[in-house]
Amino acid sequence: MSKTTLRRAAAVAAAAAVVAGLVACSPGGSAGIADAAPSHLSGTVSLWHFFTGREASVVQGVVDDFEKRHPDVKVDVHAGQDDEKLQKAIASGQQIDVGLSYSTAIVGSFCSSGAFRDLGPYVKRDGVDLSDIPAAPRSYTEYKGTRCTLPVLADTSALLYNTKLLAAAGITKPPTTLDELESDAMALTTYNPDGSIKTLGFDPLMGFYENSPAHFSPMVDGPWLKEDGTSAIGTSAGWKQLIQWQKRFVDAIGYDKLQAFTSGLGQEFDADNAFQTGQVAMEIDGEYRTAFIADQAPDLQYGIAPTPVMDGLGHYGASYISGNVAGIAKGSTHPELAWALLKYLALDTDAQVALGNGLKNVPTITSALTSPTLEVDGDYSVFVDAATDPHTLTSPATSDGAAYLTTFTTMWEDYQSKGGDLDAALAKLDEDIDNEKALSGP
Amino acid sequence: MIAGASNVRSGRLRLLRGPGARSATARRGDRAARRRLGVAMLLLAPALLGLGLFYGYPLVASVFWSFTRYDQLASPAWVGLLNYRYLFTQDPQIGAAVVNTLWFVVVLVPVRIVCALIVAGLLARARTAPGLWRTIFYLPALMPPVASVVAFVFLFNPGTGPVNQVLSWFGVQGPLWFNDPAWSKPSLVILGVWVMGDLMIILLAALLEVPRELYEAASLDGAGAWHQVRHVTLPTISPVIAFSVVTGVIAALQYFTEAAVASGVASGKATVGSGTATLLGYPGTSLLTYTELLYEHGFASFQFGYASAMAVVLFAITATVLGLTIRRIRVFRAEEVR
Repeated sequence: MSKTTLRRAAAVAAAAAVVAGLVACSPGGSAGIADAAPSHLSGTVSLWHFFTGREASVVQGVVDDFEKRHPDVKVDVHAGQDDEKLQKAIASGQQIDVGLSYSTAIVGSFCSSGAFRDLGPYVKRDGVDLSDIPAAPRSYTEYKGTRCTLPVLADTSALLYNTKLLAAAGITKPPTTLDELESDAMALTTYNPDGSIKTLGFDPLMGFYENSPAHFSPMVDGPWLKEDGTSAIGTSAGWKQLIQWQKRFVDAIGYDKLQAFTSGLGQEFDADNAFQTGQVAMEIDGEYRTAFIADQAPDLQYGIAPTPVMDGLGHYGASYISGNVAGIAKGSTHPELAWALLKYLALDTDAQVALGNGLKNVPTITSALTSPTLEVDGDYSVFVDAATDPHTLTSPATSDGAAYLTTFTTMWEDYQSKGGDLDAALAKLDEDIDNEKALSGP
Repeated sequence: MIAGASNVRSGRLRLLRGPGARSATARRGDRAARRRLGVAMLLLAPALLGLGLFYGYPLVASVFWSFTRYDQLASPAWVGLLNYRYLFTQDPQIGAAVVNTLWFVVVLVPVRIVCALIVAGLLARARTAPGLWRTIFYLPALMPPVASVVAFVFLFNPGTGPVNQVLSWFGVQGPLWFNDPAWSKPSLVILGVWVMGDLMIILLAALLEVPRELYEAASLDGAGAWHQVRHVTLPTISPVIAFSVVTGVIAALQYFTEAAVASGVASGKATVGSGTATLLGYPGTSLLTYTELLYEHGFASFQFGYASAMAVVLFAITATVLGLTIRRIRVFRAEEVR
C-alpha cells in the first residue's frame, strides 16, 4: 500500500471518527417514571425562567409559597434565562429540572426532540384533570399528541381605545366590526396643513406595534394549518378578505403617509408609545398594555373591547392567545420534584392567581380565571373572558418554531406596500410554507 | 568570507572521512532537526489545539450538519442535499439576503475606505492641534456598535430626529431613513462612515510613513498634487489599502449587528428575546443580510442543519471572493513582496 493510499485511508478514518463523534455527542434519550407519586417530597429542584427584575420577584414569591408547602424542598431559581440559553443548556446536558419559556414556538421542537419530557405518563399516573385548561392553551402546549409542556399564564389581545378622543369625535361605543373600525378610524384621523397625518384613528399597517397576522386572526377566524400540517392560509377565503380589507384601508389613507407617520412614533414599550400619547386613538394590544399604561400614562382615559370582526366570519369576543410554557427538561435528575413544581405553577389556582395579578398576564386555568381573588379592574375582563371563549384562537405548534407566522407576515407586509396579484401571492405563500416545513421534517 | 571558508573546510572533511562518516553526521543532523521540530511543535501545541478545537472542529461539524436535519436537541438525521436544494431553489428570502449583503460589500466597503483615506490625508497635513483632530475623528469608533446604531436611528428619526429638523430649515423634506427600504442601507453606510476611526487610524499611520524625499523628488520632477498622490502616496500605502479591502469584505459578508439593531429600533418594537427574529430585515426585507437569515433559521426556526448549509456556502463564497481579491491586489504577489 502506497503512502498516498495510507494517508487517504487515515483521512477517511479520521473523518468517519469525527462524524461518529458528532453523532455520539448529540443528545437524546428519556427516562421512565415511578408507578406512584412520592408521598413526601424532599431535595433540590432547579427552575430556569426568563423573568428579570420586578417580574422575577413575583415568580420568586410563588416559588416561596411552594417551598412553604413542601418544607423539605429547595427550589434553585435561575432567573433571566431566555429561550436560547435554555435550549443550549438542555442540549449541552446541563442540570435543569423545570424550564419556563416565553414562547409557544419552542413546543414543537422541544416535544418532538424529547428536550422536554412527555408529561403524559405523569398526568395519567396522578389522574390530573387537564380540562381546567381552556382549549386553546391546552392545544398549544402539546405537539402531535405529545404533551411536553403546560401553560403558565398567557397573553390575549383586544381593542384598546382612547375614550376621550372617541367622545370628542362623537363616537359613543367602540367598533365591533371591521367596517365600523375603519369608519371610526377615518373620523378620528386628523391631518396637518401639509397633508401629513397629525393623529391616527387606527394604524392599519401590518407590522405596527402588535399588528400581526396572529393578532388579526380573530377578525376572520383565520386558519393556519391543515390536518396534514400544510398551509391553510392561502386557500382561506377569510384571510383573503381580511388582507383585501386591510389593503383598502391602507390605500384610503396612503401607504407613504402612514409609513411616514408610523416612523415618527415612539417605541412600543416606552412611555412615548403612540396609544399612550394619544397619537393613535385605537390599537390592537395585549393585556400587558394595561400594566404599562398604569405605570407610564396613568392619566390616560381608555377602554378595552373585544377585537372587531368581519361580518359573518369572526366571532366577536374571541381573541388570539399564546403565552408562557413550562416543561421538565430531559436531563432532570429530580423529575418527581420537577413535576410537583410544574403542577404547582401551571395547575394550582392560588399560584396562577398570584402570578396573574403580579405579572398582569392572563391565567391559563379556568378556576383561576374565574377566581374572585383575580384582580379584574374595569374592562380587563375582556382579556380574561377571551381566554375562556370557545372561539379563541391560537397558532399551532410546529417543529420549526411556527416559522409560518414569519413567512406570512413578510408576505403581508410586502403586499401592503407593493400590491399586486393577491391570489398569486397567497399561492406562493402556501408553497413557501410547505417547502420550509420539509426542512424540519415530519 | 568566513562562512565560505568554513563550508569548504567541512566539505573537505566529509571527503576525507568517507561515506560512513557522512552518514553519522547526517544522522546527528536528523536527530537535531527532529529535536528542533519537537520543540517547535511543543511551543505551537497550545495554538494548534485552539485552532483545532475552535476552528477545525466547528468547520467539520458545520459541513456534517449541513447534510442533516438538526435542531440542536435531537440527534442529527441525514437528509443528503435537502438543505442545499432548499437554499439554491426554494428559500423565498435568500435572494433578498444575498442582494443586500452584496450591496454592503460593493458600497459600504469602498465608501468607508475612501472616506477614511480622505480624512487621514487631511489629518496628516494638519498643523494645528493634530492630536485633538485625530482623537475627534477616532472617538466614534470606540462606541459599541449597538449604542451607535440606536443613537443613529434616533438622530435620523423622520418625525422627531434632529437631522430631518435641520434639513427642513433649508426647505428639504428629509427621507424616512431607516424606515424606508430605499434609504435604510444608505443610512447604515452613513453610520459606517461615522465610525470609520479604526480604518482612518491605520491609513493615517501609513500616510505618515511615506518618505518625504519621494514627494520632494516628485515635486522637483514637476509632479502636481494629484500626480504625487497617484504615483507616490497610493503605491506606497497600497499594502494597507489591500489589508483594509480584505478585512472590509470579510466584515461586510458577515454584516449582522448594525442591520439587526437598526431594524429592531426603527420598527418601534425594539425588544430582546421573543420576537427578535421577526424584526430582522425591517423595513420590508431591505436590511435582511445573509447572516441574519442564517441566524433566523438556526436559532428561531430550529433549522440548524439548514443554517449550517448556509454557513458552509458563506465560507466557500468568502474564501473564493478573498482568493480573487488577493490575486487582483499586487501587494500579495510573491514577486511584489520580494
